[in-house]
Amino acid sequence: MASVEHSDGQSLSGGEGVRRRDFINIAAVSFAGVGAVVVALPLIDQMNPSADVLALASTEVDLSAIQPGQAIKTTFRSQPLFVRQLTPAEIAEADKVDPSTLRDPQTLEERTVDGKKQWLITMGVCTHLGCVPLGAGEGENRGEFGGYFCPCHGSSYDTAARIRKGPAPKNLEVPKFSFTSDTAILVG
Amino acid sequence: MSFPWAEHYTPKHPLMQWVDEKLPLPRLVYNAIGAGYPVPRNLNYFWNFGVLAGVALVIQIVTGVIMAMHYGANDLVAFSTVEQTMRDVNAGWLMRYAHANGASFFFIVVYLHIFRGLYFGSYKAPREMVWLLGLVIFLLMMATAFMGYVLPWGQMSYWGAKVITGLFGAIPVVGEPIQTWLLGGFAPGNASLNRFFSLHFLLPFVIAGVIILHIWALHIPGSSNPTGVEVQGPQDTVPFHPYYTAKDGFGVGVFLILFTAVLFFAPNYLGHPDNYIEANPLSTPAHIVPEWYFWPFYAILRAFTVDFFFVPAKLLGVLAMFASILLLFFLPWLDTSPVRSGHYRPMFRKFFWILIIDVLVLGYCGGAPAEEPYVMISQLFAGYYFAHFLIILPLIARFEKPLPLPGSITESVLAKYAKADGETAAVPAE
Repeated sequence: MASVEHSDGQSLSGGEGVRRRDFINIAAVSFAGVGAVVVALPLIDQMNPSADVLALASTEVDLSAIQPGQAIKTTFRSQPLFVRQLTPAEIAEADKVDPSTLRDPQTLEERTVDGKKQWLITMGVCTHLGCVPLGAGEGENRGEFGGYFCPCHGSSYDTAARIRKGPAPKNLEVPKFSFTSDTAILVG
Repeated sequence: MSFPWAEHYTPKHPLMQWVDEKLPLPRLVYNAIGAGYPVPRNLNYFWNFGVLAGVALVIQIVTGVIMAMHYGANDLVAFSTVEQTMRDVNAGWLMRYAHANGASFFFIVVYLHIFRGLYFGSYKAPREMVWLLGLVIFLLMMATAFMGYVLPWGQMSYWGAKVITGLFGAIPVVGEPIQTWLLGGFAPGNASLNRFFSLHFLLPFVIAGVIILHIWALHIPGSSNPTGVEVQGPQDTVPFHPYYTAKDGFGVGVFLILFTAVLFFAPNYLGHPDNYIEANPLSTPAHIVPEWYFWPFYAILRAFTVDFFFVPAKLLGVLAMFASILLLFFLPWLDTSPVRSGHYRPMFRKFFWILIIDVLVLGYCGGAPAEEPYVMISQLFAGYYFAHFLIILPLIARFEKPLPLPGSITESVLAKYAKADGETAAVPAE
């Protein structure tokens, strides 16, 4: 550009300091830049979950076989789901705790459906780094608070699946669900 | 590049002259790793590890490309195609064991290479760019190794992928969308496996590219040396070939003996039995641990168990783990001592060895279960790791009184031999 200005500065300049060529240069580069961004969008977006992964699946769970104190593991959107019937002692233990002392303050009522406080339905995904906590299976370690225990980094959840100890920041997530009958729920 | 007394490439054969005119590639090689590259005459065996890392990368690429010929990157078949490679493919077991153990040996030589740089102050001016590019290679290696470990689709593969991508989920607001974007789903699945395979194939070639930049940046000031005193004249250097091709060749021999000893006699020693169980999203292994080369960083990740200033423990752990590596990018400006080599820095040398012990203890804790006393030890030693770089190094640089440096590389070499001659008078001077 310097050479153009030097050889023929007058005829190319549209005004003082701004030349037609500068305008063309900026316009062309800007247009290419916008084009590059537009092309980048699908290149990035293709990594997001595809339609088949996103296709929302709701899961129906039959509760009739789950005895108080028992829990089952099932899957919801390809992730583990814990369905647990609490014993009266476990409910009492969860109610005894003052929510304001918790890391993620919630009461058992807030985490269950009205009148069906014994049914604790949570994702089986530790809120730390996504491991499956122990405690739903028969004879598994339930940790020092009697709920769930994540073996990866030692997070302990209580009988309302609230985080009590260890690195996890949140309580186990309660997915959206509703009772379709007294002994069945629909998750999702 | 390099020094004015470097030997010049003068092809004698007409064919080589013809090639040199059209594409001076032999000239480039001659000047980079041939007789045209003058190197300090006093390099010790710790200077072998750069070449050894290059050899390890070549082993990984060769065995990796072969493994890819027998691998199916689909969550339904990935596990069984790896087992087929092991059992049915001719010499498939050799390729896979060489690839898996090759990764470990790559990290062993790279860690030694990094600690060589730390002890001898190779990161200091004028070689900061060499150090920075080396760290970029290290980060790329970690990403490559992590994705490669997911490919066999065993239990450790799956849960490792879940835990490591979960790290990104700790970032406030954008974390979960990023994690979903990385995985292509809400949990590791076929989409994750496929993209990891694609990137695991790509990144080694990116590493090879950055290695070229690393060597290019190195050859501008020339190699450092154990005294840390810069080259002053032709008497201080010898040509890379044949002197260091021979010395590196010996090192490669020792490396291959150790590598094949593990490869043939303990191929699973560095692995985890859980990875011979196919991935199961509903069952977490009792004890998730990454490969040994990530243990020190894993220990730092797990050292944070309580929230601090409203920052959740999970995010603190993730930040600390990334910071422990990013910190090293600032090292050339944290250690302000003008003396490079640890030989002449009595205080620095002590703290260097303490740092080594610190990292080894962190490594041990990272491989241990997440329970006491390992958590507390991790906290203390992670704290010390950061203190070493952020507090101790700048303070040493200010208060340490370095030992007198030799006048030149040649002087230090001759002094060493004069001393040896004095002690063993029977040996003639030449």
